Amino acid sequence: MKAFLASAARARWPLPALIALGFAIAILSQYQPIFSGYAQIVLITIGINIILCASLNLVNGYMGEFSVGHAGFMSLGAYTSAVFTTKWLPDLPALFPVAVVFGGAIAALIGFLLALLSFKTRGDYLAIITLAFLMIVKSTWENIPYVGGPAGLLGVDKMTTLPWTLFWVVITILVIRNLIYSKFGRAIIAIREDEIAANAMGVRVREAKILAFVVSSFFGGVAGALYAHLNFINPKYFDIVKSTEILVMVYLGGISSLGGSILGAIIFTFLLNALEPLGYWRMVILSALLIALMLFRPRGIMGLRELPWFLPRRELFAKGVVPLAPKKT
Amino acid sequence: MSALLEIENVTKRFGGLCAISACNVRVTAGHAHGIIGPNGAGKTTLFNLITGIYQPTEGAIRFRGESIAGLRPSRIANIGIGRTFQNIRLCKQLTVLDNVRIAFDSQLHYAPIEALFRLPRSGRDEQRSIDESLALLGPFGLLGHAHDIAGDLPYGSQRRLEIARALALKPELLLLDEPAAGMNTGETAALTEFLRWVRAEFKVTLVLIEHHMHLVMNLCDRITVLDFGQTIADGTPEEIRANPRVIDAYLGGSEDEQA
Repeated sequence: MKAFLASAARARWPLPALIALGFAIAILSQYQPIFSGYAQIVLITIGINIILCASLNLVNGYMGEFSVGHAGFMSLGAYTSAVFTTKWLPDLPALFPVAVVFGGAIAALIGFLLALLSFKTRGDYLAIITLAFLMIVKSTWENIPYVGGPAGLLGVDKMTTLPWTLFWVVITILVIRNLIYSKFGRAIIAIREDEIAANAMGVRVREAKILAFVVSSFFGGVAGALYAHLNFINPKYFDIVKSTEILVMVYLGGISSLGGSILGAIIFTFLLNALEPLGYWRMVILSALLIALMLFRPRGIMGLRELPWFLPRRELFAKGVVPLAPKKT
Repeated sequence: MSALLEIENVTKRFGGLCAISACNVRVTAGHAHGIIGPNGAGKTTLFNLITGIYQPTEGAIRFRGESIAGLRPSRIANIGIGRTFQNIRLCKQLTVLDNVRIAFDSQLHYAPIEALFRLPRSGRDEQRSIDESLALLGPFGLLGHAHDIAGDLPYGSQRRLEIARALALKPELLLLDEPAAGMNTGETAALTEFLRWVRAEFKVTLVLIEHHMHLVMNLCDRITVLDFGQTIADGTPEEIRANPRVIDAYLGGSEDEQA
């Protein structure tokens, strides 16, 4: 059994097979009552959380910064896409993907501006800047009557379905994986390891920081757009508690690991829902869990390790998962 | 011979402290050039000025005749100045191979969008980065450790890896900050031969800061001596050995002590 799992982890076929199976079930569930309404919402939430977790991991895990502003990017995507579908071009379900990309793009634009600030400062001070950013975004929504002010936007079309969620999860993981296992990804990781050494090795640090922030905030915005099209959005939802939830998922699953991000999002969402009957005690248990995790496994379940499924084929050799191929010459 | 690197009247002040004061160094292409001097003489500061970590307060730094003062460190690395650090600065959590690839990456030219969507050119370039980085590890005795985590390597291997990584930039000038630090006499002798080989094999000009006099005297074509941020002597190893100011400031009284 163990040997089978080990070989399945290295094999190339299981991941595409799982994705195909996932899509088959997701599409079928639109026509057959496979899942209850509650189960659908839980699954969609898991998908949104995977997108949030993997995208935040790019900045907090791979680049080693500490951003607490991810809920801000989520709200940017949520509000702009919701305005797009409710006010600008309403009742056009075919434009939903455009609205999602639009939400992501606006979030990415703001992420670009935040990246410019990261040139000058890092570590704790950058964390404070992202916190300020989060508060600015939240109070902006609360003070614009056009988007509903403190009451939020109600009556957003329920366009986020299971297949769409899965589609965006796959796109997110694929694009972030492509970035990580490119020269830009190595530059991002080199910044985490030692910025001075990275500079001396010719790493274009500014370019790498911009890319990390832009891609991370784009998918934060995408997650927000998916969330908005479940029913309604309220500015209070996108506060520091939401950011903290995403952080918990990242550090639970493991920094610098896409497999970890997926695992973290699934475990966290599942626990959050399973412990629902406990009321307030739920947060006590989750917090205790987090403390235990930080004590015994500070980098998270999959910290700095990756499931071979997510490595491009040539990286299997480069990372030593598979022994080096003999030279072809 | 033309000068590959010229440091002309460079001064660097940190507030009231003058770390480098009207310093002059000319490094001839193809030479191994030693920089010696007591602790705190400003040797590492000089390296940090050349590589753009610091900006000179006054003076000019020219590489191949062009001013490089004010360029970003990554730009200076990419125009052909590689370096190592006194306290080894590897990406300690990454594999040996990835450390070299990070430096090699500046020779890959695919754009971010090609990376995000894995367009064909990025794949070809990535394969090249793996192949050429592995080829570089061979002569440094690190091929067998390609997949090991850099921070787990023994000290001497980490030093070699740092040099290999700097050479992945394909530099014309390699700055070595105390390459023999922490090595015994036997290891230092081996390092001397190794650096000679590096210079010939990679056709690179060496500038090294070093305290091991054997290494400096055996390897270097020319030596500059710094004391309190000033150039107090410049010449061939024989001239430096005989220079009374150097003996006074650095070598300490009699010559026998450093033999």
